[in-house]
Amino acid sequence: MLEQVFRDEWGRILASLVGFLGDIELAEDAAQEAFATAAERWPRDGLPANPAGWLIRAARNRAVDRIRRERTLAAKTEQLGRELRDQPEEEAMDETSTFPDERLELIFTCCHPALALEVQVGLTLRALGGLSTEEIARAFLVPFETMSKRLTRAKHKIRDAGIPFAVPPDHLLPERLDAVLAVVYLIFNEGWGDGRVDLSAEAIRLGRSVVELMPDEAEAHALLALMLINHARTAARFRGSELVLLDDQDRSLWDRRQIAEGRELLERALALRGTGPYLIQAAIADLHLSEPRDWEEIALLYERLEHITRSPVVTMNRAIAIAELEGPEAGLALLDRLELADYRYYHSTRADLLRRLGRAEDARTAYTRALELTHPGPEHRFLERRLADLS
Amino acid sequence: MRYALLIYDDIEVRDRTPAEERRRITAAVLEVLERPPVTGWLRLQDIESATTVRREQRGPLLTDGPFVDSKDFLGGFIVVEAENLDGALAVAEELQELRPWGAIEVRPVREEPSIGA
Repeated sequence: MLEQVFRDEWGRILASLVGFLGDIELAEDAAQEAFATAAERWPRDGLPANPAGWLIRAARNRAVDRIRRERTLAAKTEQLGRELRDQPEEEAMDETSTFPDERLELIFTCCHPALALEVQVGLTLRALGGLSTEEIARAFLVPFETMSKRLTRAKHKIRDAGIPFAVPPDHLLPERLDAVLAVVYLIFNEGWGDGRVDLSAEAIRLGRSVVELMPDEAEAHALLALMLINHARTAARFRGSELVLLDDQDRSLWDRRQIAEGRELLERALALRGTGPYLIQAAIADLHLSEPRDWEEIALLYERLEHITRSPVVTMNRAIAIAELEGPEAGLALLDRLELADYRYYHSTRADLLRRLGRAEDARTAYTRALELTHPGPEHRFLERRLADLS
Repeated sequence: MRYALLIYDDIEVRDRTPAEERRRITAAVLEVLERPPVTGWLRLQDIESATTVRREQRGPLLTDGPFVDSKDFLGGFIVVEAENLDGALAVAEELQELRPWGAIEVRPVREEPSIGA
């Protein structure tokens, strides 16, 4: 019961407390204390009518008490104490009162470009997703101490450097929203951390929040569509622990509900006159679900994406479509113009085209290079099988 | 909040820039410094004029030149009054737009010495 409230409401509760207290660290402590109090009282007194409101109220009261107690400790806290002194001693636990949703402000704080990208990611998972520092550390394969220090430093920087807790003004919004969406998509692509923390599902939850909070942003809809359409194929992507390519996947394992929702969001993004990179990627992901695939349309969309992103990875993906349309030779010609020597999928893509052209020796070299760049796991085993099949 | 903008210059790039162009840049920068968010600024003489003081066991040790020996050097300070970091970053970005070299480090000012620090 409490756990469900925690999953659903942590971000909203924390955001409201950051808005009130002006400090993420204080807010986090207060929220945690409030949840501890709830764990004690709710089983005894029953679930309050407005659990989030109850928790915010309880956390506020605890924080105000604590600030009063520790008033002399630091100048900044003292100032806050002065501001709070004028407030009534103890706010009534009014169960019906609601608090404004300030999650959007918190997302923009966590994804502020003055913070390093890895910090933005960790902070967003902690503050909005409610993941523990330990879970985040494990998901990103870094020691707990490292992640803990990283997050603490970030919270201090937000406070000391005056990183705003606000939705950016119009002239900054497009660029800042891009940063938020990039963080969400990066979390999605980290995928299945250690099997316990499902980062893809976490990213989808975050994506849903962004859509809910910014219902007029086409790219927010498009990103959620992209994530849902890709996530829908999760169950079919592995047989046992072995990777299954799209063409060989059991389509009955695809999550129809997620695909339908993804398509609806895609429609909405189009209706909002979106033309951004996530919209194009979502459209491509959608095209990949049809059988036979419309490679001409896919190649065209990749070309549009190339114009926006100027990314060689996008060109590489267009080369795959070109190979389907005009043959492996044409795809290979496009690949050979790219500088992606350290990118594992570049070598595996090249290897596949070389294999199809019957150039076994060149394919072997490319598979070997791809294997060197791939961590042990399903993808590694897949490439090993391909390499063994060559002889 | 107050922020210090530390203006770093790149000697090599700057010295390659024609004098006429440099004068034009300086004029544009001075125009930005006239505006309200800027509450004060200092331009420093070139690093050739710097003297660095260290404390050795036998007493102070003076060296001719800057503390950090690099092609990048601190060319000046600007103090900006802004509501939050975004306000300070906006001034820094505007200035950096005018200068084809160097970088600007934005640092919040420590307003009151806190106890125990």
